[in-house]
Amino acid sequence: MKNKDFMFWLFLAPVLFALGTVVLIPLIYGIYYSFTDWNGVNQAEFIGVKNYIELFSDQGFLNSLWFTFKFSIASVIVINIMGLGLAMLVTSYIKSKNLLRTIFFMPNLIGGLILGFIWQFVFTKVFDAVGRATGIEWLQGWLSDSSTGFWGMVILMSWQMAGYIMIIYIAYLENVPKDLLEAAEIDGANAVERFRNITFPLVMPAFTVSLFLTLSNAFKIYDQNLSLTNGGPFNSTKMVAMDIVQTAFQLNQMAQAQAKAVIFFLIVAAISLTQVYINKKKEVEM
Amino acid sequence: MKQKSTKRWILEALGILLALLWVSPFYLMIVNAFKTKREIFTNTTKLPEVLTFENFKQAFEELTFLQTFINSMLVTVLSVAIILFFSAMAAYALSRNGSKLSNIIFFLFVAAMLIPFQSVMIPLVALFGKANALNFYGLIFMYLGFGCSLSIFLYHGALKGISKSLDEAATIDGCNRLQVFWYIIFPLLKPISITVGILNVIWIWNDFLLPSLVISGEGTDTIPLKLFLFFGQYTKQWHLALAGLTISIIPVIIGYFFAQKQIIKGVSDGAVK
Repeated sequence: MKNKDFMFWLFLAPVLFALGTVVLIPLIYGIYYSFTDWNGVNQAEFIGVKNYIELFSDQGFLNSLWFTFKFSIASVIVINIMGLGLAMLVTSYIKSKNLLRTIFFMPNLIGGLILGFIWQFVFTKVFDAVGRATGIEWLQGWLSDSSTGFWGMVILMSWQMAGYIMIIYIAYLENVPKDLLEAAEIDGANAVERFRNITFPLVMPAFTVSLFLTLSNAFKIYDQNLSLTNGGPFNSTKMVAMDIVQTAFQLNQMAQAQAKAVIFFLIVAAISLTQVYINKKKEVEM
Repeated sequence: MKQKSTKRWILEALGILLALLWVSPFYLMIVNAFKTKREIFTNTTKLPEVLTFENFKQAFEELTFLQTFINSMLVTVLSVAIILFFSAMAAYALSRNGSKLSNIIFFLFVAAMLIPFQSVMIPLVALFGKANALNFYGLIFMYLGFGCSLSIFLYHGALKGISKSLDEAATIDGCNRLQVFWYIIFPLLKPISITVGILNVIWIWNDFLLPSLVISGEGTDTIPLKLFLFFGQYTKQWHLALAGLTISIIPVIIGYFFAQKQIIKGVSDGAVK
């Protein structure tokens, strides 16, 4: 199929048209709107970088940005440690490993909205009931302040995503040659040494995939935020994605929301690109 | 040897303990969905004293669950079908072209994966609103736009493994390009189609924000949309809310039960590639 072939373009036409009208044109329009005073109804007028300058003094936005950063870092660490731990558990010689895989992976298939509602019940009702019955104070009043809201989100996200990351680590762990591990054992290497010198380097590429996936997923989270805390109390757990949605569709400040959306895009793209770049470099050195 | 078996039992026990911890939110949801509003307050963690199906009946009716389930099915099946077909076609054209231009187009699709939904959502809704396309069909078209990048990427990888001599042989036998694709290539892509299909089904079935902006209030609400409204309405009535959540999860659990091998394999292949 050559460039000038009619068939080549016919085969590409549907997806090019869809990607263009759904993603690319809105992206370009969005960047343009962020430099205007557009509110969804008026004729947009160019006002330069005013929206962006205002963002720096928009305490609500800065708070949500900071909260999102903290949340993403905590989630990435917890999810990856848990994911790798679960993967090592279910690739060991235990009998129940297939059942365990099925169970650990299950929360992934259910939407973040539903999971958030379930955990809202667990945190506010079950934790509270157990806390009252046993007199343990830290179990009471979950999601009613910013720190339990924060950890609530981290727990929800880790519970949901650890099984997913586990699946990725399993794919790499199963590729570690058994005879290599056995040979090392015969040569006197202990479990820690075997992990450090054989398993870890071979599983290294899985870190690329997993860190990249968890970081960008955590940063973009919306559904779970909406259903678990709805940004509360007092917007203290509102993340960037939710801030953009609310600024646009509740306050109708389209241009301001779009300026936030452009910043959001730049951060997500930068995270993804650096991560891929750093890990690619490391893999080659190994 | 003895040391090894003790270690094994510790791991087994640890596994079971973690599994129980993992399913405990589901357990709490289900047992409390069977309780009365009063009992949830006095007895939150144990099994219900009397089983009541009233909550489920009411939740099922208020969610108009049968209709809502059909809506979700229609959106998911139609969207995934066109994503599979058109993405495979495009990936095929790109992989058999090999020119600089086709590399640029392929790169464009891959780069589009970096764009988060929230950064295009506002102009998207404005543009489609102007074109009167904020409806069921508009939604399915949008899913093609958002879903095609990853799908083309995965198909493109798989197509490298399908020899061009097959195309040539079929062309000599008198097939045109469309026939080659439909009768020869697309069937050979079946394994990767399953992976691409599973990834898209999980995403579209559970998606909330996009349909809430495009089809909400049209009478074609999907499960997440309807559940969100339902939950807002019964925010302090956990007995009903939990019954609604349980009902909404059942189709997913049934699907998982029958296709768990393919699902786990699909997710694994999709993430690793």
